[in-house]
Amino acid sequence: MSGFTYIEGARRALAEELERDPRVWALGEDLGRGGVFKQYDGLQARFGETRVVDTPISEATIMGAAVGAALVGSRPVVEMRFSDFALCAVDELVNQAAKNRFMFGGQGRVPLVVRQPIGVWRSSGAQHSQSLESWWVHIPGLVVTAPATPADAYALLKAAIRCDDPVVHLEHKALWPLSGAAPESDAPAELGRAAIRRPGRDVTIVAWSAAVHEALEAARLAAMEGVEAEVIDLRSLWPWDADCVLSSVARTRRLIVAQEAVRDAGFGAEIVATVTEALGDRLEAKPVRLGAPRIPVGYSAPLEAAYRVGPDNIARAITGMAA
Amino acid sequence: MMWRIRAFERAAEAGLANGHVAGAVHMSIGQEAVAAGVSAHLIKADVIASTHRGHGHSIAKGADLHGMMLELYGRAGGSCGGKGGSMHIADFDVGMLGANGVVGAGLPIAVGAAQGLRLLGRNAIAVCYFGDGAANRGPFLESLNWAAVFRLPVLFVCEDNSWSATTRTATMSAGPGIAARAESLGVPAVSIDGNDVEAVDETAGRLIADIRAGGGPRLLHARTYRLKGHTVTDPAPYRPAEEVAARWEDDPIARNAAELKALGLDEDEIAAIEIAETRRIAEAVAAALAAPFPETAAAFDDVQDVGRPAPGAERGLAHPLPAEHAA
Ligand SMILES: Cc1ncc(C[n+]2csc(CCOP(=O)(O)OP(=O)(O)O)c2C)c(N)n1
Repeated sequence: MSGFTYIEGARRALAEELERDPRVWALGEDLGRGGVFKQYDGLQARFGETRVVDTPISEATIMGAAVGAALVGSRPVVEMRFSDFALCAVDELVNQAAKNRFMFGGQGRVPLVVRQPIGVWRSSGAQHSQSLESWWVHIPGLVVTAPATPADAYALLKAAIRCDDPVVHLEHKALWPLSGAAPESDAPAELGRAAIRRPGRDVTIVAWSAAVHEALEAARLAAMEGVEAEVIDLRSLWPWDADCVLSSVARTRRLIVAQEAVRDAGFGAEIVATVTEALGDRLEAKPVRLGAPRIPVGYSAPLEAAYRVGPDNIARAITGMAA
Repeated sequence: MMWRIRAFERAAEAGLANGHVAGAVHMSIGQEAVAAGVSAHLIKADVIASTHRGHGHSIAKGADLHGMMLELYGRAGGSCGGKGGSMHIADFDVGMLGANGVVGAGLPIAVGAAQGLRLLGRNAIAVCYFGDGAANRGPFLESLNWAAVFRLPVLFVCEDNSWSATTRTATMSAGPGIAARAESLGVPAVSIDGNDVEAVDETAGRLIADIRAGGGPRLLHARTYRLKGHTVTDPAPYRPAEEVAARWEDDPIARNAAELKALGLDEDEIAAIEIAETRRIAEAVAAALAAPFPETAAAFDDVQDVGRPAPGAERGLAHPLPAEHAA
């Protein structure tokens, strides 16, 4: 492997955007020391304390200040440390950032990015492990991105920073060390375009973020039993690439959605509903949603495991469906 | 300026009574001296973040009156295209970054605006208006701390009208008050009689000069009174009638008229100011009544560019099948 990691992708994307556009700046807690996961390592030394800003522990004001700063023409990149803490800034994200442009009739734009590390990672417990994407996708005005690969950690963050709408950018903590192919160019990703990570004719699996890797592993297991699953990585959840999903399911006639988040009322339900509305009479099996049970994430290893879907469950769903 | 604000709000009140203005309209009748005195020291490049009670702040910052009236009437061409109404009045052309329906939400927005202005090298300040009730919400503490830590060019203006909706704020607020809270965070604060427009003018001028000189944030605590109900439709039965009657004696506009008289203006000259402002507002009302409503398609604009909602998608399929599969 080239050694280009997910964390490197994120760091490089931000550095290049800070370099390219003097209006871009980052703010959050402990950024001077590199951020909780070192995803900001070296950036304050390089760009100074006014472009990579250490803030008080004031999530509401980190987000609210970013809204004000965006309204006067700068482009803030907000660090929320853990996605869970973005809940301390929900008013600022949902009522201010997402609504500002609309309720003032287009007078102001809020081009901010909120980086929210998500997901189950090393027994972090109930308040440091959530994946709340469906909350944000539900809010008109927000763009939601969730890279699964190192190349996307780079290209999607760049796209988020250049986007003129507010973007919730979900980075999976378990993926920081993941290494993979470096991006082929320094171009930002196209928002709203999914990637087919594995082609297959029998079943379509839709996933995003870390669940993509579990779906790929499940597809490999299912292939040993002769079932070929197509794995779609959504990459961005709003907008999401319904055309890609519908085209795939129109071929395979079978759909599984695999998400790490709690299944009930999750984003997977949106995908199943959309596919059923468009293709319900052509499906050869009932669509399946896989996700966490509606429980908080437990600390102890077996409790944490009870939360996760995992490749085995997905593989069983694939072979069960194709039977 | 105070007369203009008063005339505007009287017209808003009448518009609500006759059914042309809708939604929650919070009036600042009795509080006009604060916005007028503060704005006298602001330049166009300065920005303000306002509250749910934002007409006065907006007008004093120089917002387009016709645009504001069209907005209240929900008409096309309103300053927010009919998407905001009274509670979201805004005029970015003059740096009025919006009234806010969430109490206290303007505080972090103002500090961020100040930080953004500094980053972009613009020589301007931010002013944040908020109520005495808002000082009990977390964003007050966070924002003052933040502004002090980064020595940002922000003037915090607390319009202390004694009431938070139907509750007397004092009964819900611990400690010695808002100025003391600010001082405890290292933000120099001054408490004044906010119904005395001269005092507001003089104090705001001094504080803003300090801020422009790089002194960091300041807080102006202006004691005033909300002479009307919390919203236009609130008869405010929770307030003793004597209290309200006594406060009408302290109406900043009447006080200012008396001062002008003492300075030598005669009754007619003072009445002329009032008549001119009333006429100006009446013209805005007439224009609003004559204006068309926005097209419903406008409800789909200005949501987001990436992933924007498609007009018509609310009926039928959210996503039609791609053409090659539409068998
Ligand atoms: C976060 C939030 N909580 C409650 C409300 C409802 N509300 C609107 S105005 C108001 C009173 C605010 O009091 P104050 O800040 O003193 O401003 P005033 O109305 O007196 O100008 C309340 C409780 C709100 N809009 N936002």
